[in-house]
Amino acid sequence: MTSRSILPLSLKDVCFDAGGKQLIKNLSYQFNAGPRSVILGPNGAGKSLLLRLCHRLLEPSQGHIQWHAEAEGKSNAALHQAMVFQRPVMLRRTVAANIEYALSLRGLGKKQRRARTDEVLELTGLVHLASSQARVLSFGEQQKLALARAWALKPQVLFLDEPTASLDPTATHAIEQVIDAIHKSGTRIIMTTHDLTQAQRLADEVLFIHRGRLLESGPASAFFAGPTNQLAQAFLKGELLWWDHPETKIQEN
Amino acid sequence: MNDFSAAISLLISADSDLLMIVGLSLQVSLVAVLVATLLGMPLGAATALYRFPGRKSLVVILNALMGLPPVVVGLIVYLLLSRSGPFGVLGLLFSPSAMIIAQTLLIIPIIAALSRQIVDDLWVEYAEQLVSLGASPFRRMMTLLWDGRFSLLTAVLAGFGRASAEVGAVMIVGGNIDHVTRVMTTSIALEVSKGNLALALGLGMVLITLSLSINAGAFLLKETAQRRQA
Repeated sequence: MTSRSILPLSLKDVCFDAGGKQLIKNLSYQFNAGPRSVILGPNGAGKSLLLRLCHRLLEPSQGHIQWHAEAEGKSNAALHQAMVFQRPVMLRRTVAANIEYALSLRGLGKKQRRARTDEVLELTGLVHLASSQARVLSFGEQQKLALARAWALKPQVLFLDEPTASLDPTATHAIEQVIDAIHKSGTRIIMTTHDLTQAQRLADEVLFIHRGRLLESGPASAFFAGPTNQLAQAFLKGELLWWDHPETKIQEN
Repeated sequence: MNDFSAAISLLISADSDLLMIVGLSLQVSLVAVLVATLLGMPLGAATALYRFPGRKSLVVILNALMGLPPVVVGLIVYLLLSRSGPFGVLGLLFSPSAMIIAQTLLIIPIIAALSRQIVDDLWVEYAEQLVSLGASPFRRMMTLLWDGRFSLLTAVLAGFGRASAEVGAVMIVGGNIDHVTRVMTTSIALEVSKGNLALALGLGMVLITLSLSINAGAFLLKETAQRRQA
């Protein structure tokens, strides 16, 4: 299922407007192969929106988003990426059937689907739930299944939108272990979170965004050691970033 | 009270005329529901999922046609199937086929409009996930129809209820011919006008029992399945 790398993913002057407001503002960045990227920022910063734009669930109002492979006309990037949402969407069927459904969309035969499903169920520790109805699982188990379903597709890039939001520490730990395993299997992780400790555990590089602007980006170690942007510093200290605070506006600009 | 006792004895003795009328009624209504489901569900789902010019008008029309007067449908089908009509050559007028056509036309809007609403609601939940997984528009439609199957059963039941209780259309295109096109509703109307209340009551009891049984069965099926799937 995998082929030549679809990365890098380039965003150039990307804007996104909705309801008369500009929610993403002139955002430019290049996601290269390799590290795990964590998009950090307070609620309403535009993190989820940015992931949806990258995954082409939304089209930018202005600017360009381009996968390297598509620019060269080598590959359909959509076939090599997957996304897990903050609120897992489970189809009304069993755990195994949820995974097999995703694989069927990629044109895999029945035997291959079965084999790959068994493999990811084993890898994510969901084997004992294979024949359970997906929608009766706990929230944490459903999120794990959503990860397993995405992983089954062997994506080159996996977008994760706050995958542990509203999970308890045990479930969060289990999900992070799966994310780590997916990363080690060679899948590029691009995820959002507003949880600083999680970002410290999972990030290789950090993008800090606030009110739709990319204010700082760089290696996680440098970011957590001392970000240069004052709003990022305030965020790390746990200070509230008021939307209409005059200082916020000055620092943003 | 005598009529009621006579009706009960007709049912207990499994009167052959009564059984024939019940059998034909079920045959006509079930075939009409099947055809209307095969046409109406995809129509409703497609209306929910696809964006095309005139979509909103189609939604309004489908909703409006849910209350289509049966006699008007009967009249239209009559004109289409009569000897001088465009399909007169088929010779279908005053046959069970004509009754099936009339009932099908009557319940397609019901099944389509209810299916559209159900699929629309499910699409709100599934949209991003299915697009993310790369499901084609056709696969999205089939997935939503499958996953919404227990809710869609309600649409089918509404269609069956309408078909089995309908008198006007089948009376016009069927002609209420004894042993040929006589169904429960037309028979009840006729027997009441003749003063034969025993047969009318017996048929009425069968009609209500059938309706209750089918709805209860569907309700239990839906409840059991939804409990399993939460």
